[in-house]
Amino acid sequence: MNKIWLIIKREYLTRVRNKTFILSTFLTPILFAAVIGIIVFITIKNTDKEKIAVLDNSGVFKTPLDSVKSIKFILNPKVDTSTFEAQGYTAILYAPHTELNSTDKWQLWSKKNFGVIAMDAVNDKIRKEIENDLLLSRFHSGNTAVDSIRAIADKIVADPKVIGKDSTVAQGNSVAAYGVGYGAGFLIYITLFIYGAMVMRGVMEEKTNRIAEVVISSVKPFQLMMGKIIGIGAVGLTQFFMWIILITVFSSIIGALIPHDILQQVNEANKSMPGGQMNMQGNEAMIGLAKASHELSSVNWWLVVGCFIFYFLFGYLFYAALFAAVGSAVNEDPQDAQSLMFPITMPIVLAIIIMINAITHPESSLATWSSIIPFFSPIVMMARIPFGVPGTVPYWQLGLSMLLLIAGFLLTTWLSAKIYRTGILLYGKKATWKEMWKWALRRS
Amino acid sequence: MNLLEVKNLKKYYATQKAVDDISFTIKPGTIFGLLGPNGAGKTTLLRMITGIFFPDEGEILFEGKKFIPEEDSMRIGYMPEERGLYKKMKIGEQAIYLAQLKGLSRIDTMKKIKIWFEKFEMQSWWNKKVEDLSKGMQQKLQFVITVLHEPKLIILDEPFSGLDPVNSNLIKEEIFQLAKQGRTIIFSTHRMEQVEEICDQIILVNKGQKILDGSVNDIKQQFKENHFHIGLNTFPESFQSNAFEVINREENGLVVKIKDNYSTNDVLQHFMKQQIGILEFHEILPSLNYIFIKLVENTPVSREFIPV
Repeated sequence: MNKIWLIIKREYLTRVRNKTFILSTFLTPILFAAVIGIIVFITIKNTDKEKIAVLDNSGVFKTPLDSVKSIKFILNPKVDTSTFEAQGYTAILYAPHTELNSTDKWQLWSKKNFGVIAMDAVNDKIRKEIENDLLLSRFHSGNTAVDSIRAIADKIVADPKVIGKDSTVAQGNSVAAYGVGYGAGFLIYITLFIYGAMVMRGVMEEKTNRIAEVVISSVKPFQLMMGKIIGIGAVGLTQFFMWIILITVFSSIIGALIPHDILQQVNEANKSMPGGQMNMQGNEAMIGLAKASHELSSVNWWLVVGCFIFYFLFGYLFYAALFAAVGSAVNEDPQDAQSLMFPITMPIVLAIIIMINAITHPESSLATWSSIIPFFSPIVMMARIPFGVPGTVPYWQLGLSMLLLIAGFLLTTWLSAKIYRTGILLYGKKATWKEMWKWALRRS
Repeated sequence: MNLLEVKNLKKYYATQKAVDDISFTIKPGTIFGLLGPNGAGKTTLLRMITGIFFPDEGEILFEGKKFIPEEDSMRIGYMPEERGLYKKMKIGEQAIYLAQLKGLSRIDTMKKIKIWFEKFEMQSWWNKKVEDLSKGMQQKLQFVITVLHEPKLIILDEPFSGLDPVNSNLIKEEIFQLAKQGRTIIFSTHRMEQVEEICDQIILVNKGQKILDGSVNDIKQQFKENHFHIGLNTFPESFQSNAFEVINREENGLVVKIKDNYSTNDVLQHFMKQQIGILEFHEILPSLNYIFIKLVENTPVSREFIPV
């Protein structure tokens, strides 16, 4: 045990001290921030040119609606869900038929997902109008408790509905769940490749340098293999923790720069001041950023980060042993590695293809089953988790997926260790998969 | 007590018998030569002795007890034929790491590294990377790493390849020193002149089997062909004799082979009778090289290309 610890320490320290590691650890969060910035920018860009048809059959709105920012509201035009687009509307807002203070009946129908900013503007508009209406009507009846009216109004949220291409209606995706799921799945995909290849290269280096023979005269081959896998896995975890810390620091700095009440004040000031329009662009960027961070905070981060670490760790362990086995079968020529790696990289690539599909249909049977099968589960499950546990992903699926991944890791490690033991000391021709399979099944 | 006892060791691969029933013993303090052509099974044999491979059959006794790789690896130092070092790792760290893998504590390691690095004048290398060293320097480092943990049994596979004569001598002296201190050295090589110079005992392995075992001198005696060199001041007209036949005629002497049932004195008398002055007379023992070639000559080279 002491010896495997020495191996882990060496593998870990030589890599963590490496310049590439330090560089990628610090540059990635900056890149991440840049990507968020671009997303916010695009979201803001998308807010203009919205024209919404408001179908208010019960007469909630008494007066014609003013346009707000870049969104135009038209009260009661002659359109429905099949014709609104042809008439130049981007969405239809249905007012509820029931009581005003019933909060859940407002519906916003559109062909595409509404951006965060636009959605927010629509909600603001509805609230303002209702607040005014309520104030007016209660003013006549003598009840002027403004606070309670505001509280009612603030609860009103339009329910976004997306009309599918086949005219069926799908629930509007949560932008944040989509983004986080996509990001997490993709990050696992990339890290499996990066760290898996790192393990393979490490094994190849030891084999071609013939250091393996020296080390194996001191420790068991299994210790050498596991030491390397665990050491490199620890490098991966270190990198993630560094990223989480750096991103937290970055985002709290950004957050500190735009406190919410300041945003509000800026907003008010802009409306009253004649020159306010000049600041519109910058102001909207601020709001966008604040909204984006608000959306992101709706995701259960503890669950996502916890599951991410689990799926990274065991997905990595599952594949790393296979990469080690390939590395041990290769001789000198990196081209051999390419062809031997193919059967391992194929399921990973397949998983990312499934994941791209699963992110739009997180409850489809393809998404469900491939998030349980260990070959795909680290990537596909990570894409589904942000949509909600146990909402989209029931507990039994998550549990089964995790159990199978652990079992899969034990199996691949057991088989790989046998291939590794033979391969690492065998020089000459590269081994074929058939030969490796024979080594794996041979009794020890 | 024997330091190492190998009994009926067998290791079969799918298509060949890499080691086929080999037995031998080594006494402490011996420099033991393991000889054999390429693909004879030397490396497999050494790997079983170092605990890298498990034998299919037979047993290995280390200091009289059954050899257990996990416990005994500490007392064995193995330097494989192809040098193995981490290219990107600093020399000091590398030496510490490999010694610690053998089970040495960090403090012990540091002390011993200091002694050896001073002895080989390697102190200035500490922070260099292995890839910055010349091949000969790497060889020295590898040797130091092999003997650093003071193993009872040191296994050296071609330790002199790539070394210049000065460094070669340095290592050779160290090997003698270590043997004098009671360490046992197994020494595997193709270079017969080194074997003759260094080894006390040798075995010759071919096609997975031991075909020769004994001290260098005994083996030479065993393979001698009664060849003698005679230095003469004048050459006789005729060499005809019942006692010997002339193998070779040299500038001031002859190489003769004494026939069966005749002795050296018969040869000398033959020349003395002819009043020819004898300047020197000595037996020519066959070189190990000659014995080696004679014994393994007809082995098909293709053996080493048979897939496992």
